[in-house]
Amino acid sequence: MTDHAATDPGTQSQGLKSLVADWSTDQEAFKRVHWGKAMMWIFLLSDTFIFSCFLTSYMTVRSSTTLPWPDTSEVFALTIAGHKIPMILIAIMTFVLISSSGTMALAVNYGYRRDRRTTALLMGATALFGVTFVSMQAFEWTKLILEGVRPWGNPWGAPQFGSCFFMITGFHGMHVSIGVIYLTTIAIKVFRGDFERKGNYEVVEIAGLYWHFVDLVWVFIFAFFYLW
Amino acid sequence: MEHEAVHPGVQPVLAPPSPDTKHGQQHPLGIYFVIWALLFVLSTFSFLVDYFHFEGFQRWALIVIFMWLKAGLIVAIFMHMRWERLALKYAILIPPLLLAVLVALMSIESNYTYWTRVIFFGVLGGPPG
Repeated sequence: MTDHAATDPGTQSQGLKSLVADWSTDQEAFKRVHWGKAMMWIFLLSDTFIFSCFLTSYMTVRSSTTLPWPDTSEVFALTIAGHKIPMILIAIMTFVLISSSGTMALAVNYGYRRDRRTTALLMGATALFGVTFVSMQAFEWTKLILEGVRPWGNPWGAPQFGSCFFMITGFHGMHVSIGVIYLTTIAIKVFRGDFERKGNYEVVEIAGLYWHFVDLVWVFIFAFFYLW
Repeated sequence: MEHEAVHPGVQPVLAPPSPDTKHGQQHPLGIYFVIWALLFVLSTFSFLVDYFHFEGFQRWALIVIFMWLKAGLIVAIFMHMRWERLALKYAILIPPLLLAVLVALMSIESNYTYWTRVIFFGVLGGPPG
């Protein structure tokens, strides 16, 4: 720390120089970043590794089995008004989760405007989308279990299909459920005005990061598990 | 990068950096609606890949392209990574690249398992149990 330019947030230069300067100071690496936000990012990074382990093990069992993998397009088809539409429930779930991410992004923005009512309402809407998503997932699980899918076997092919399905979507669904509780808690606190004293609405953004991450994981599950 | 332009005034050298909440990640609302719409469009595209039964390399490529575009939009705009400092960007975005090593290793391993099964159980027999 030869001169104070490295620690003074006001005179930071951008680019690689700032990266080196930030990491080489002995105070803190993430300057002008709320500590809670930095910690949430680091938690999400660790969560990335957990989900990646699930998806990688799914890849491993799928590419090492000699039995045909069940055709997900058929497995997740629904018959609506006499028409069999492939993957329709998963598509609706995807749109619901994306919409929840949209309302969450707006909530963060209104939070920084200190519009408590709108922020809380948008967060409530996000949580409702989350509940809708989990309900549809419960429906999907029920349907598959009734059709005979078990973690050790299923009527259509490779027995590993069931364990991958329940493990990956179950863990993701658990994340969504925890997110709903988390968002509801923060929304109530925002509405009550708990954050007014410090005027610090970073909490909304931090909760938002978690929620967007849940959406992000779904993007990968949707691509690798359902569409592949 | 509008909030980068607004620097706190001259600070005493030893003063802790202020939380700077007033300027934290404040962007016009329009961009969120644009990204929201784009995510809908990209999801529809990936759904149509399945609906129109694209197969083989085409299917594989389209799914992965749409997936990365969606992931990029969510991380960059919704999670505000685009506006974060480089120190945070690198700390979060570089480590996941290591996963490519895990994927490569497990891919080799599963190939080995597959051929072991084919040779010892026969293709049609499958693994016992």
